[in-house]
Amino acid sequence: MDVLACVKRVPMVGGRITLTEDGQEVDTRMSGFTVSPHEECAVEEAVQITEREGGTVTVLTLGPPEAEAQLRDMLALGAGRAILLETGPGEWGPQSPAAAIAAAARATGPYDLLLFGNEAADTGGYQVPVRVAHELGLPCVTGIKTLEVTGDGVVAAREYRGRQERFGLPRPAVISVKEGINLPRYPSLPGRLRAKRATVERLVPDARPDGLRKTMLTVPARENRRAEILGTGPEAVPALVALLDELGVLP
Amino acid sequence: MTVLCLTELEPDGGTVTDASLRALAFSRSLAGPAGEDVAAAVLDAPDAALAGEARAALAAAGVRTAHVADLGEAAGYAPLAWARALAELATTGLATTGPASAVVAAGTDHGQEVLAHLGAITGLPLAGNCLTAARGDGGQWQLTRQRWAGSLTEEAVLDGDPALLTVATDAVAPAPAETPAELAVAPFRPSLADGDLTVCATVSAERGGGVSLATARVVVGGGRGVGGPDGFGPLEELAGLLGGALGVSRVVTSQGWRPHRQQVGQTGTRITPELYLACGISGAIQHMAGCLSARTIVVVNTDPDAPILAHAQYAVIGDLGQVIPALVEAVRARQNPVR
Repeated sequence: MDVLACVKRVPMVGGRITLTEDGQEVDTRMSGFTVSPHEECAVEEAVQITEREGGTVTVLTLGPPEAEAQLRDMLALGAGRAILLETGPGEWGPQSPAAAIAAAARATGPYDLLLFGNEAADTGGYQVPVRVAHELGLPCVTGIKTLEVTGDGVVAAREYRGRQERFGLPRPAVISVKEGINLPRYPSLPGRLRAKRATVERLVPDARPDGLRKTMLTVPARENRRAEILGTGPEAVPALVALLDELGVLP
Repeated sequence: MTVLCLTELEPDGGTVTDASLRALAFSRSLAGPAGEDVAAAVLDAPDAALAGEARAALAAAGVRTAHVADLGEAAGYAPLAWARALAELATTGLATTGPASAVVAAGTDHGQEVLAHLGAITGLPLAGNCLTAARGDGGQWQLTRQRWAGSLTEEAVLDGDPALLTVATDAVAPAPAETPAELAVAPFRPSLADGDLTVCATVSAERGGGVSLATARVVVGGGRGVGGPDGFGPLEELAGLLGGALGVSRVVTSQGWRPHRQQVGQTGTRITPELYLACGISGAIQHMAGCLSARTIVVVNTDPDAPILAHAQYAVIGDLGQVIPALVEAVRARQNPVR
């Protein structure tokens, strides 16, 4: 079973997001980058599938040269091959990456399964996996929380409004997953050493104009709160009980 | 021209979902200034018929035409077939409503998925989780949309005729129209292509038992400050006493201390309780994206400088391991006064 897992490099954000002065990007001078959470789970799922079924995991990203670091992190988790679709500075909209990823999948495949994250943590476009599926003429389902490989297909399931939705798809198929489908492992030391030595294949994708274009980012204005301190330690409990009473949440 | 809105019904077939009512309200905000009508695409009506209650709800939401699809044996959720039906309605309007200037859906799993298929079928761009949208010059749309699950706002330009938009959950209230519309129901049978029904949902019965995190009135949250997998007992006990649910931060689920279904945050569940009691949680962006819709946030934290205090109304500075058991005891004492 050869699986392609696609990931995105995103800024690591902690307690607060700050923007660059021109309002075009998240300021990452004090933080760093990581793999978007749903996509890390896509790689873990791919590795678990190949551990059971045999085959290779190829991890792919579209991004700047520095995204090689995120590919190596994913090689350390157990991916066997890494492909960087190297872009210049600046952000791509949601349509052009799908075309580039589909072209790369054709050029480097065939794959039995293509796994993605449901949406990127930063841009949250919710469409690249579906667009890739259409480019390749493959069936597709998104937001998946359990995935089972069957004889010639997969059974994928997710929760929707308190019910479970199950989908049967023939292979090859495109599946986007959500965090919670598994718990990504910590990379082992041998895994990290292998990742360090591995070759990252580089391709230059075709940039196309995108129909959705960012003009500016802003931090939404929120009510500037400063919590009223009810007290310190267990002595604050009577005040806390009085508050819960006032809020009408006590039994 | 019309604004076409994907409208989902609850499984009872009578009620329009809350998310769809919000999407309809958003659609009105686009249609109104242009003097256009709002049309609903209902693709999951049982037996391809619209119940009286659903008709009333759509009329109240200002819908002039409800296109009710008969998907034949597929009756149910089939994302590609749904997108095909929307594409047909958007281009032809089936003569009743004319072509669409915009196609709108709620920013739910279904809404995002179906509009992504529609974008792929038509080659049109799609803007997800919009907060506002307005027609600009030359067929372009000016819009604002959520990034980082609402922690950032993006101002963007969208091409596309029609514009494809999903609506962020908290962008608009699910309010009815100022004046209800006179609703016409237009049944139609979409022309599906081969393979459109390959992916089709089998839906389980509603999960019973327990308080759902997404709809709980009270959520008691635990984060890194809980210290380990064994520390959640008092928080669960408190949640139980208050008829609420336990929620946790991402660090708790990525450590494997609690199952992921209890995670509150950008990659977990979005909660909307009356009270969120956040214990030992620092307040990372990822977590706050899931709990900012709580009416009141109360924090228990040893660190008076934790970022979460800037989002909370009240705080107790102290160790949750001492505060929560004392709170449980106090709530119990109130419940069962000394005999």
